Amino acid sequence: MPQPLLEVRDLVTAFDTDAGQVTAVDGVSFTVEKGKTLGLVGESGCGKSVTALSIIRLLPQPMGNILGGKVLLEGKDLTQISEEEMHKVRGGRIGMIFQEPLTALNPVHRIGKQLSEVFLLHKDISRKEAWDRSIDILRKVGIPSAEVRAAEYPHQLSGGMRQRVVIAMALACKPSLVIADEPTTALDVTIQAQILELMKELQAEMGMSIIMITHDLGVIAETCDDVVVMYAGRVAEKGTVEDIFKRPAHLYTKGLLDSIPRMENERKSRLKTIEGYVPGLLELPVGARFAPRSPHPEAGEYIQSEAFKSERPGLVEIEPGHWVEDHPVVRVDKMPVQS
Amino acid sequence: MIAKNDSPTGSNGEKPLLELRNLRKYFPVKGGVFLRAKAQLKAVDDVSLHIQPGETLGLVGESGCGKSTLGKCVCRLHDATEGQVLFRGQDITRLRGKSLKPFRRDIQMIFQDPAESLNSRHSVGNILEEPLLIHGVKSPAERRQRVAKLLDTVGLSKDSADRFPFEFSGGQRQRIGIARAISLNPELVVCDEPVSALDVSVQSQILNLMMDLQKEFRLSYLFIAHDLAVVKHISDRIAIMYLGKIVELGPAEEIFRNPLHAYTKALISAIPLPEPHTKRERIILKGDVPSPIDPPPGCAFARRSWIHCSEEEMNQPGEFREVQPGHWVEIHPATVENYQQYLA
Repeated sequence: MPQPLLEVRDLVTAFDTDAGQVTAVDGVSFTVEKGKTLGLVGESGCGKSVTALSIIRLLPQPMGNILGGKVLLEGKDLTQISEEEMHKVRGGRIGMIFQEPLTALNPVHRIGKQLSEVFLLHKDISRKEAWDRSIDILRKVGIPSAEVRAAEYPHQLSGGMRQRVVIAMALACKPSLVIADEPTTALDVTIQAQILELMKELQAEMGMSIIMITHDLGVIAETCDDVVVMYAGRVAEKGTVEDIFKRPAHLYTKGLLDSIPRMENERKSRLKTIEGYVPGLLELPVGARFAPRSPHPEAGEYIQSEAFKSERPGLVEIEPGHWVEDHPVVRVDKMPVQS
Repeated sequence: MIAKNDSPTGSNGEKPLLELRNLRKYFPVKGGVFLRAKAQLKAVDDVSLHIQPGETLGLVGESGCGKSTLGKCVCRLHDATEGQVLFRGQDITRLRGKSLKPFRRDIQMIFQDPAESLNSRHSVGNILEEPLLIHGVKSPAERRQRVAKLLDTVGLSKDSADRFPFEFSGGQRQRIGIARAISLNPELVVCDEPVSALDVSVQSQILNLMMDLQKEFRLSYLFIAHDLAVVKHISDRIAIMYLGKIVELGPAEEIFRNPLHAYTKALISAIPLPEPHTKRERIILKGDVPSPIDPPPGCAFARRSWIHCSEEEMNQPGEFREVQPGHWVEIHPATVENYQQYLA
């Protein structure tokens, strides 16, 4: 097998808070193949954004720290390199797209100037050349009359156009990996469709890998090759997009898929739900974290047991490349068949 | 003659609970040294529709299309610039003070972000008691009893009354918001994006709760949202709004089975489906929604539509017509394919 572009291995990231240390990412592992899109999906507080921030080492300081694990970009561990080297990786080898384009752009600088900065920082070229390249890349992300737009400020653009500028910035130095954290959540559906289409086109042309972070299962299904489902700081399940959507193996994944209203549903029928709420990060058990919400009949007994307080389940490969948390009360195939 | 008025009575002959007649809400855009109004922002521009008792009307549109403003006009949080809001047949558009108070009780609202719409300094018990107090439930014991019952109705424990909003998760807070909205037995609840801030697994819990309450209390909902799958699930009829105007209106199934307006088709095709590798044709719209300040003349959607029409036709307004019983659509060369057949 060829070397993956990125390998995250047993990543542990914690925050120091007034209430004590909070482990937001607790032993997360996955790989991103070259030219492919990996989806990180989960609900608020599951650790998907913190995982991304850990990869590019942009955790809020001094509270956020990587406590363990490796982040290997083509074999090189990003957690070990100097801040100076990391600075070159960000915007160079790894590009970033954030949710809210207005906060990702500097309001007091012209768009062309902000884009030029990326080139000047990573390439040895003149200001004039950098400006020209900025206009080229703006054209590439579908901004009409790019020369005029380059001289404008972020507030003069619409939300969709701003997100195009952010994408242009992320792609400026032809990165091999782009991390997109909820890139379309703040956008309207018709604009979301435009942006997702654009990202697909650019990926086909430039061949970069993408980590797509979102809570929207529809966006995942439409854009990703592989998917990692996270729950309460851990990987619940991972596999190809087919594995996850057609044969979900974790009861959490199945619960999520069952609870979305579908177009073909009967109107006003009851929706399936996942009972209870996501646990707070201060009260996380060692054992299978989804157990308190699991519909499995033995889940109640398990959360009273000693094992729930002390034994951490690993992941098991149930078919090639399809991994699931290895505990009977959270596995779909260990649910008793209902008569 | 342009048929602007939606039919005043429903199919079963029952009088509508809510009726909007040619409702307009314009905001002045101020500028210059003396901050004089130099333009009008047409947030809601000539909207007519009705809601029957026990019915859910879904109102769909993208940000800035005026759907929240419309909701606020219904609740009388905004005063309409023109047109009428009729509730149970009575014109409430210009009512004030004492004469408005009973309608404040009968029309309630649920907001998008429960964290912002609940007072963080008040206990949940206080938050839920306040509307009871304002509307004359004098005995403290009775108020407490009603609060306990409300909490039970929305699936929260009794001791929640002594806790504060920040102690609850997003989904639980939305339950509190719902409890407050139904505390005075309203007839109409305007729900402005009630589930879009919630996680997927919690969203379905809240939608189920809203459907249960509707059955139990025969509530009517004006359900404002941008998520079409959610709107389709909960609504009896759906209205699609674009730049201050309703462009298509009809029974929920009909809108999805047989969408006629180009914008409705684009919206439906843009929904990302949670099914990998399904091939379908996607309509990608050109450009962005134009500004509601001085919108383009004629048909507002024509310049983004993929159905071509001449420059001259673009400057002609569309015509809102009933093409099938209960199914209304803006007919214009750029909005409906083979539009002539509907003009006969």
